[in-house]
Amino acid sequence: MCEECGCGLPVEAPVTVSAHDHPGHDEHHHHDHDHPHHHHSHEHGAEECQTLDLRHAILEKNDRLAERNRGFFRARGLLVLNLLSSPGSGKTTLIGETIRRLGGRLKTAVIVGDLATDNDARSLRKSGAPVVQINTGTVCHLEADMVARAVKQLDLTGLDLLIIENVGNLVCPASYDLGEDLRVVLLPVTDGEDKPLKYPPIFHTASAVIISKLDLAQACNFNREAVTANIRHIAPHAQLFELSAKTGAGLDDWCDYLAQQHKAVKGRDPLDS
Amino acid sequence: MHEYSIMQSALNQALREARLAGASRVHAIRLRIGVLSGVVPDALRFAFEALTPGTFADGALLMIDEVPARFWCATCRREFVSANLYAECPDCRHPSGELRAGREMELSSMEVDHV
Repeated sequence: MCEECGCGLPVEAPVTVSAHDHPGHDEHHHHDHDHPHHHHSHEHGAEECQTLDLRHAILEKNDRLAERNRGFFRARGLLVLNLLSSPGSGKTTLIGETIRRLGGRLKTAVIVGDLATDNDARSLRKSGAPVVQINTGTVCHLEADMVARAVKQLDLTGLDLLIIENVGNLVCPASYDLGEDLRVVLLPVTDGEDKPLKYPPIFHTASAVIISKLDLAQACNFNREAVTANIRHIAPHAQLFELSAKTGAGLDDWCDYLAQQHKAVKGRDPLDS
Repeated sequence: MHEYSIMQSALNQALREARLAGASRVHAIRLRIGVLSGVVPDALRFAFEALTPGTFADGALLMIDEVPARFWCATCRREFVSANLYAECPDCRHPSGELRAGREMELSSMEVDHV
């Protein structure tokens, strides 16, 4: 009996089970093996019903374009950051201060995503770095092809670091790989200690978490132990930073980390996985 | 609400496959969605109803299989299942960041009719 569509009809052709092994899907939806289509069919009156076994990653197109971006960035020895946070967390301010603090250590460019306006791009251009603004319209996140198009507008000669400021949103951008090396999530002390528990997917995918706006910690009764424990639980693998872009506290550690990561990227064979 | 664009991608893939198979109608689409994928099945269903009219998946049934989250504990060398990302190994109580399953977003199969 057909168990696929519940039609109750006997299956004329046996269901063909594909020969390949299908181990646990990894979290990045990599599908690098073939999924031959197999199907069974039977008659529904005049119509023939067929089950198509597909197993396609829904975001396959984005994942593929993100890998293309990644290969392009690696071949150029470029360190690429995908910076994520809720709106108003201070992503733009942190980027501006990071560029200033890095001085000439890493030549930096920025791609900044917002639904509308180029306010962030205009503000960041004051740092002297090349900036491309992406307006996503109503789209709540950046996608790999948007980044690829923005990169075309940048002169990459001699560039060391590309910071992609994603749309302020702690939910949707988690699903979209852009081809970055590091996913950095910003958690300002004003956001509350339980943000990592409320928005686990984005924190889980973070390579680094930055607790920011440290200058406001006292005014917010910021509980450092609680937030650190929450981050550690959701993202035990993530590097943790605490800083204030306003006072400059902690910025040196953050910039040293970027320089170190850039060195690792620069020394890597682009064809190594 | 990125469920709308995710559903649109899934539907586009499904309609393309249906055309390639020479189908006249899609009457069911089955997805596998990890509980930690960041997409909400109800929002996918809502988007599906909004997106299918006028396509040859109009009136099709959407089936969603939820995939539980499975973590790996490197210390105890075992897998364990957790309902959320606040994942502690049941043996050693240490948090694990190594997710082995639970973030899937997959168009797993579909049923089509041939006239």
